[in-house]
Amino acid sequence: MGAHLPILPTLLALAGALLVPIAALAGRRAAEGVAVVAAGAAGLAALAGVAEVAGGGVRRYAVAGWPAPWGIELVLDPLSAFTSAAIACVAAVALAGAGPAARAAFGGAAPRFYALALVVLTGLLGITVSGDLFNVFVFLEISSIAGYALVASGAAPALAAGFRYLVLGTVGASFYLLGVGLLYALTGTLNMGDLAARLPAVSASPLFAGGVGFIVVGLAIKIALFPLHGWLPDAYTHAPPPVAALLPAVATKAPAYALARTLLYVIRPDELPVATALAWAGAGAVVAGGLFALRQTDARRLLAYSSVSQMGYIVLGVGLANGAALTGAYLHVLNHAVMKASLFLALGALLLDARGPSLSALSLASRRPLIGGCMVVAALSMVGVPPAAGFFSKWYLLQGAIEAGQPVLVAAILLGSLLAAVYMYRLTEAVWFGPEDARAAGGRAEAAPAVLAALLVLAVATLGVGLGNAVIVDRLLAPAATATATAR
Amino acid sequence: MEVASPLPAAALVPAAAAVALIVLSRRRPPLREAWSVLAAAAQTALVAAMIPAVSAGARPTWEGPALVPGVPVLLRADALGILFAALASGLWLVTTVYSIGYVRALAEPRQTRYFACFALCLFATVGLALAGNLLTFFGFFEILTVAAYPLVVHKGTEEAARAGRIYLLYTLTGGTALLGAVAWTAALAGTLDFRPGGILPAGAAPAALWGLFILFVVGCGVKAAVVPLHTWLPLAMIAPTPVSALLHAVAVVKAGVFGVVRVVGFVFGPGLLGDMGAAGLLAGLALATILLASLVALAQDNLKRLLAFSTISQLSYVILGVALGTETGFAGGVLHIASHALLKITLFFCAGAIYVTAHVERISDMGGIGRRMPLTMGAFAAAAFMLAGLPPGAGFTSKWRLLEGAAQGGAWLAVLVLLASVVLNVAYFTPVIVRAFAGPAAPGRAEAPASLLVPLLLTAAGGLALGLVPDGVLPALSLAQAIARSVSGP
Amino acid sequence: MNWPYAAVVVLLVLGLYTIIAQRNLLKKLVGLTIFQTAVMLFFLLSSAKRQGALPIVPSGPVDPAAYMNPLPHALMLTAIVVMVASTGVALAILIRLYAAYGSLEEDVIAERVLAESRPLDTAE
Repeated sequence: MGAHLPILPTLLALAGALLVPIAALAGRRAAEGVAVVAAGAAGLAALAGVAEVAGGGVRRYAVAGWPAPWGIELVLDPLSAFTSAAIACVAAVALAGAGPAARAAFGGAAPRFYALALVVLTGLLGITVSGDLFNVFVFLEISSIAGYALVASGAAPALAAGFRYLVLGTVGASFYLLGVGLLYALTGTLNMGDLAARLPAVSASPLFAGGVGFIVVGLAIKIALFPLHGWLPDAYTHAPPPVAALLPAVATKAPAYALARTLLYVIRPDELPVATALAWAGAGAVVAGGLFALRQTDARRLLAYSSVSQMGYIVLGVGLANGAALTGAYLHVLNHAVMKASLFLALGALLLDARGPSLSALSLASRRPLIGGCMVVAALSMVGVPPAAGFFSKWYLLQGAIEAGQPVLVAAILLGSLLAAVYMYRLTEAVWFGPEDARAAGGRAEAAPAVLAALLVLAVATLGVGLGNAVIVDRLLAPAATATATAR
Repeated sequence: MEVASPLPAAALVPAAAAVALIVLSRRRPPLREAWSVLAAAAQTALVAAMIPAVSAGARPTWEGPALVPGVPVLLRADALGILFAALASGLWLVTTVYSIGYVRALAEPRQTRYFACFALCLFATVGLALAGNLLTFFGFFEILTVAAYPLVVHKGTEEAARAGRIYLLYTLTGGTALLGAVAWTAALAGTLDFRPGGILPAGAAPAALWGLFILFVVGCGVKAAVVPLHTWLPLAMIAPTPVSALLHAVAVVKAGVFGVVRVVGFVFGPGLLGDMGAAGLLAGLALATILLASLVALAQDNLKRLLAFSTISQLSYVILGVALGTETGFAGGVLHIASHALLKITLFFCAGAIYVTAHVERISDMGGIGRRMPLTMGAFAAAAFMLAGLPPGAGFTSKWRLLEGAAQGGAWLAVLVLLASVVLNVAYFTPVIVRAFAGPAAPGRAEAPASLLVPLLLTAAGGLALGLVPDGVLPALSLAQAIARSVSGP
Repeated sequence: MNWPYAAVVVLLVLGLYTIIAQRNLLKKLVGLTIFQTAVMLFFLLSSAKRQGALPIVPSGPVDPAAYMNPLPHALMLTAIVVMVASTGVALAILIRLYAAYGSLEEDVIAERVLAESRPLDTAE
């Protein structure tokens, strides 16, 4: 079993996706159970992978026994183990908590949601362990195509949002593929390790610059890096609540991982100014996303723009590419996944009997202190109030920006925090202090147990990751970050 | 010397446990109140248990798990920390008794949230008092910011919500500046440990030091309500009176000032601050705040707003003291933390007692109130004059040392402003007292309930005791002098 | 000038232009397909050789230079599957969009979406 750890989480998610339709024959409940178990098992397998490589080990896995560079190679190192564990665990909790919302949104068709959600998870987990660039493309599209379908499964406005997501997402994937093609034409290999060895010899070629450019732009579209974020606000606003609990938390994280992986392990950023450009683009996203979020009146759209801002932090850290900044960026992948899942789950629970998604219509937390409390914890993490986890990723990013001697980026990180404080305050205030309304007063006192349990797990995780971040950093992130950090 | 000890961590446990217990016993008010009192008493006892050791020169230290690699949760009871922690926990005990009387008399809604947040504030306050490094300090500082918010908006009115918004906007902005400062300090000094005399290298680029200094001043200054960062404080007076009392005396506002003292004494060091010329700027800011806030206080009709501006002015004495650069001045500034805590809490308790008994908040409506409530107003008058600096009282003890320190340092402008401010203090308090005692006679005596009256008499007596025997119950003077000696270096 | 590669560039630009400039969603999808196909063409071109034989290797020693590179072909088979899947999802969405709004014009749909979400915001 241990030898198969690199592929196990992906396989478990895929097996779940295939089993769900079969289980659906036995009823909706069975399908739901299979999905949650499969996602949970994938999470546990990913955690086992973390235990396997903690401290800096690497496990290589040749699919079907074909050795690299001819066969498909999967690589489990601290970075990929951490990312896949973060994605799988958060997705499992989100799926477990999405049950009531899925029943409300899809009724008898809920098994389709679970099957597609597991396909998304399969793709995302596949990205994290892929050892070659083409495989990343395939898994990226597996997750994306299922994601388009999930977004479009909502009411009529979701169809338009889903189509827009599909067009932009496919353009992004094609850009990425084109870039991979250019690098392949230059070197004749797609294996990451092989490419890393051969690229320095051809780095003067304009094809190299073109390839890197297309790859970065393509992934930036998938990450929704401002100003290439056009698909995200509509998609996350109109996606049905159970989908919104899952996709915003994890969907952009795997492409962000792919960006870090290609940039730091394959292309090596010191050869091109692309890393610096990314750091500045990330800073721009942090500020612009925050400013957009500030102006929203729809709670879902506010959270969507906050994703644009928070993804900016990750890209900023990857672009800075020094030890502290990378640590912060990697940690923020986990932190943002946890807080976004928590916020969208809580929002979904509140929307079940709110008048609508606008901030002025949310006014239920005084009757639901647990949901409201979990939202506050997530909000504090977003703002970066210690000991919530979000503080620590920002702390490392700050250290990285200071180390790099970039006062403007330091200011952007701090400003993003401040903007988050304002927009999260607007949401929290609406939820806690909005006027009571008649329909809400008749509603349930708290959410369904599954939602509450998921929210509590995420809230505890927020504080736990915060207080225990030194362990994660020491065992996983610092080895990963220092292995690739550029000495500048 | 440092001694490993679980006591600093143990001192945080009662308040943290109280938060959980209060929430759990939300349906049984008497139990809920009992938890508050018990926690406050336990916290006071635990802090008091450390005082003898600290007085003898030891520093009980507890090192927790790493916050980030290389920087642990560090709690260290040094003289400054223990002084502040002792004030906070002792006054929390008194305030809890007062609070129970206050919220019962007014039948306040949302009492569970109120007591739970109160306990959380005290957890954070004692935590930041004992914090041994900047990151631990920052953590508790931010928890305090957030925990005080529900108390500010307690009334639930639109006005309270607006005050809460402004409070958070100001304090979180300050927090962000402080975060920048902490991160920069880590890069510049290579450590975040508080060390007497400072950690920043004297050889660092002046521009970096100045940038850091400005970030720190903004970061702590917002909470300390240094002009022009003070606007949130008068608005926050919408909070229930016990909240204002504790916020001014030891928690939020005082935490800001405490932060300034920590930064001046233990991050920059008075020497470095003087060398780079920043001490002069800080002193100038403090002097301007003292004068402006006193002048604005003259024009206030709402008693709590008057007290708010008085706080703004008084806290800058502390900042002035540490900025003077003399050992006596530093000691005076630190001692003024204690004086102001005891006296200002008395004044707020009196304002609350008047509000509960007579339902008036405006000074113009307080004619004759002193004859109806002679004990309350007597305590008010005594505390007001002691705060102004008239002997014998706590205010005199600290202000005298400030004057001495200013004179030693040759800061004659500071001497002048200090003297002028005594006059201004008397000028803005006198009309209140005169009106209360000389106004048209009101029918009969009607003191506040004992649970309100006893705490305010106690704190007033404490203020007097601190003036007469500065090393009585709490060895405030010797602790303050020990701090001043340690940061001034050999 | 390498004409086949120039054709790839022309197709890429044409596809992208269609995606951006067309207001009709179905035409956007056509543009997207052209764009994707151009990328595939690029991969296949990179494997092409004049007089290169099909890479069906009998046995014994092999001269790689005599054959076309089979790997890009295999990769593009996968990419075609991906493209078919995404086109399928896109067409399904378009059918439902047409059923919901009676049009595939971007402006018309955007207007209707806005009109439908407005009642929610009147509370503001």
